Amino acid sequence: MMEISNPYLPYIVNIEDAWYETPVGDRAVKTFKVNFEDEKVWETWNHRPGNCAMVGRLGIGESMFCISSSPTEEGYLRFSIMNSGGKVTSALHQLEAGEKMTVRGPLGNAFPMEEWEGKNIISIGGGIGQAPLRPVVNYVRANKDKYGELTVIYGARTSDLHCFKPEFEEITAEGNACHLSVDVEEEGWDHFVGFVPDLLMDVKPSPENAIAVTCGPPILIKFVTQNLEKLGFTPDQIYTTLEERMKCGIGKCGRCNVGNMYVCKDGPVFSYATLKEIPEAFA
Amino acid sequence: MGDYKFAKDKLPEVLSGLEGYKVFAPTVAGDVVRFGEIDDPSKVTLDFVNSKVPPKELMFPETETLFKYKMGDTAIEPAVPDATAKRVVFGIRPCDAMAYTLVDRLFNWDFNDPYFNNRRESTTLVGYACEKPGANCFCPSLGGAPAGEQGLDAIFYDLGDNYYLKTLTDKGEEFAKAAGGALEAAGDADKKAAEVQADAALKAIKRSVDTEGIPENLPSLYDDAFWEQFSDRCLGCGICTFLCPTCHCFDIQDEIERYDGRRARMWDSCMFSEYTLHTSGHNPRPTRKERTRNRVTHKYSYFPSKFEVIACVGCGRCTGNCPENIDLIDILEKSKEAAGKEAKSA
Repeated sequence: MMEISNPYLPYIVNIEDAWYETPVGDRAVKTFKVNFEDEKVWETWNHRPGNCAMVGRLGIGESMFCISSSPTEEGYLRFSIMNSGGKVTSALHQLEAGEKMTVRGPLGNAFPMEEWEGKNIISIGGGIGQAPLRPVVNYVRANKDKYGELTVIYGARTSDLHCFKPEFEEITAEGNACHLSVDVEEEGWDHFVGFVPDLLMDVKPSPENAIAVTCGPPILIKFVTQNLEKLGFTPDQIYTTLEERMKCGIGKCGRCNVGNMYVCKDGPVFSYATLKEIPEAFA
Repeated sequence: MGDYKFAKDKLPEVLSGLEGYKVFAPTVAGDVVRFGEIDDPSKVTLDFVNSKVPPKELMFPETETLFKYKMGDTAIEPAVPDATAKRVVFGIRPCDAMAYTLVDRLFNWDFNDPYFNNRRESTTLVGYACEKPGANCFCPSLGGAPAGEQGLDAIFYDLGDNYYLKTLTDKGEEFAKAAGGALEAAGDADKKAAEVQADAALKAIKRSVDTEGIPENLPSLYDDAFWEQFSDRCLGCGICTFLCPTCHCFDIQDEIERYDGRRARMWDSCMFSEYTLHTSGHNPRPTRKERTRNRVTHKYSYFPSKFEVIACVGCGRCTGNCPENIDLIDILEKSKEAAGKEAKSA
């Protein structure tokens, strides 16, 4: 973690590119590719897959989002943000390439990528839940020789709502397994139809020497976790990320605790082995 | 360190002679005693048990600017307080000073909070030993005492005609030097009298709780109906948190007036529903039951599991100011019983 002398001061970033991942409208997901206004920030900036940042606008406020780019994607940061109708996400969605926003981070813990070297990595995501998994997937793709097989399992209600679509083709073309699903039948869809936990049972990844990372709506995390256990995964082989309302992002303002853990600082990444012991984690 | 005394009627002289310090002391504001910067030392009152509003606001103001900016510009101007602007808080009660030492840990785990830290660093704490504890005081249960010295730079006792002042740190000694001519050396009789008074005050504390086992047991009551007997009465007013010297939760908001913007933080309360409300409408602590549970469990279990100390100093403000007479000691005592039952049924 870099040293921040005043952890409340954000960096100013330039939006180099911005595009919609899903159709414009309620709960649309927009991706921002940003770079620091002061390029010297890169000298000390050091984020890992799983880290978050407070993203915002002066005069509006800031909210916590995962950094959806891997550190192996150099020279920019990416944030994929759903317009939830709140003050901050609505204001961020108004921004286009050429405009500025604020970034404060990196914050929180990260996926233990070093610990996982030599293992097969299985990413199981739903909807915008792919945003924190994308850096894991791309980190493994960029360090192919250090990891075993990469399996990507991803779904959304409709194919329109799939985020990061072009990348799934690249992932497949590189020889990795990539399984996509939609919740209900649609014309022209020749992949799996059904919920992500069912897709997982269809794919049946082996728990041997494997790590499963999952993120999506709470209901998805719940059933994916149950199904992973059915497939023989132990709680310490299953990882997810949590989110709560946050203000400071540095473990001081109080609100994001689940039990004795602050999601902003002790998290957002937790193993299921840890979460099992905290009833509030699933509140 | 040094032992001093000064005649009671010399108090205004002592306070007005403090060259180079901003002086903060208790005064009557409306119908309550509150700490603030003083311009007239004759208005200082020492006639109170615990001030209604704890002096936590001197380190962690109710609202404070984090930084300023102009709309349409990206220049950010931090509003960090000056760590070298010397301040003295005169007349702080030992429990409130001890509270700072607990909150220090929160404001400094990994990320140091320059706003809180700079005020702490620049401030000398001159405590006032309690002679007559309040009805809900239970500081000895939390490792404090009516004449406790944790966090203080100096402490003074009311010995009838005189105040006896004992300095505890270099900062305290520097304060005594600044007070200069108004002070005279104290003798063994003064020290003895202070000790006698401290013992008597300790014995006068009527309430207590044995905290043994509470931090370990509270989490077992997570799903227990136990909390409802208290939360059913709770109005959710949040006074227990606002007036708590160790409560540190805050909100952050941007405020704009024409082109002038600021990002500020302000006290917030875990007793409010919006505190944890997600934008989606989901609330992980939807009712006062979950919020009451979190308030007590945070103070007596989550905080000690992280920072090795219970986040309570036994000042009794939450109990004394609750409009529904919800009593923290009562909750803690009953939690032991409930945890016992929980353990048996498990």
